[in-house]
Amino acid sequence: MRRLSTALLLALAPSAALAEGKMPQMDFSNPLTGDQVGWMVVILVVLYLALSRWGLPQVGKVLEDRAAAIARDLAAARAAKLEADRAVSLLNATLAAARANAQAEVAEAVAQAKAKAAAQAAELNARMEAKLAEAEARIEAARTAALAAIKPVAAEAAQEMLRRLIGAAPPADELAREVDAALVARKAA
Amino acid sequence: MAGPSIDALGQFTLTPGLGPVGRALGFTNSNEAMLASALIIIGLFAAGLSARALVPGRLQSLVEMLYEFVHNMCVDTIGEEGRRFFPLVFTIFSFILLGNLLGLFPYFFAFTSHIAVTLALALFVFLFSTGVGFYTHGLGFLRFFVPAGVPGWLLPLLIPIEIISYLSRPVSLSVRLFANMTAGHVMWEVFAGFMLMLTAGLGVLGAIAAIIPLGLNVALAALELLVAGLQAYVFAILTCLYLHDAVHMH
Repeated sequence: MRRLSTALLLALAPSAALAEGKMPQMDFSNPLTGDQVGWMVVILVVLYLALSRWGLPQVGKVLEDRAAAIARDLAAARAAKLEADRAVSLLNATLAAARANAQAEVAEAVAQAKAKAAAQAAELNARMEAKLAEAEARIEAARTAALAAIKPVAAEAAQEMLRRLIGAAPPADELAREVDAALVARKAA
Repeated sequence: MAGPSIDALGQFTLTPGLGPVGRALGFTNSNEAMLASALIIIGLFAAGLSARALVPGRLQSLVEMLYEFVHNMCVDTIGEEGRRFFPLVFTIFSFILLGNLLGLFPYFFAFTSHIAVTLALALFVFLFSTGVGFYTHGLGFLRFFVPAGVPGWLLPLLIPIEIISYLSRPVSLSVRLFANMTAGHVMWEVFAGFMLMLTAGLGVLGAIAAIIPLGLNVALAALELLVAGLQAYVFAILTCLYLHDAVHMH
């Protein structure tokens, strides 16, 4: 109820006051009503001049400087990042080159070692071959010598056997031919 | 009625300010508040600009925020041409904002609650924007009153409507601010007077009951703070809008 009367009073009070016709804002017969506008013009002109000539350009400059500083720092950061990227790529390239170099050197060393080993083996083989051939030649010579030694013995034995069997002996050179032929036949067999 | 009565309008009475000098020059109590507003604005700039730090302090932030707020409002509403009008819009906005806010304090005169003041401001904005319109487009600015894409036979009806709506701009601009500020201060005064009346009429009971209008006044203080900022913003954005019309004609 009290609230209602408060609201009622609130609603009525301004209109009641206006009804009394005492609204100072509408009292244009008061010279001060016009005077205040004149002084407002003076104050506003001064305020406008102060703000437009001094205050606002200064604030604008502070803001511009800040934006410029931020842009400058960002540019510097971007340049530094580019530099770092280039350094990293350079490092990677150097690493790759060094790795390739090292691998090439290792491969070369391995190839050299292999070639050396192969050469040594070949030399050894050749020496062995030569020794083998020499031994074989020696054996062959010995064999030929032995065979050559057999011939007169065989001819003599055949002459003696024939002499005992038939009491006569063919001439030595004929017998030697026969023994040779027999030996050749044996060898062929 | 015996005891205190509600004098809701006495607060708007103009009196000579600054003593006998003011009396002689017609300097009023409302001009005192205007002077205080202007000095506070200039003082704020002086304090905010004293450091000019890359990372701003509180006062510098406040000044920069005000600057950027009004600057964005100008550029967003008027366009790139708004930069030229920025100092003017800033002066009007800061002056009205400080006037509204100072008016909320006891013993401070709310000069924006005077129709003579708001009408003078609104008429200036109206005449200035009209002048900008004619300056920018010459007599071609008159085409602003011819709505585009309307059948010809409607024009004799629409052109007078457009002109009337254009001419009513200073009225709506000034009355909006004046009425908002006056209504707020009248309501405050009414509730405050009602507290006195309750106490005088009902004694202790009335004093206890007076808590209700007191609470309402506290709530009103918050509302009036909002209105003070909002009306200054509305006045400034409408100024920008009128300037936009003058520059772009649509």
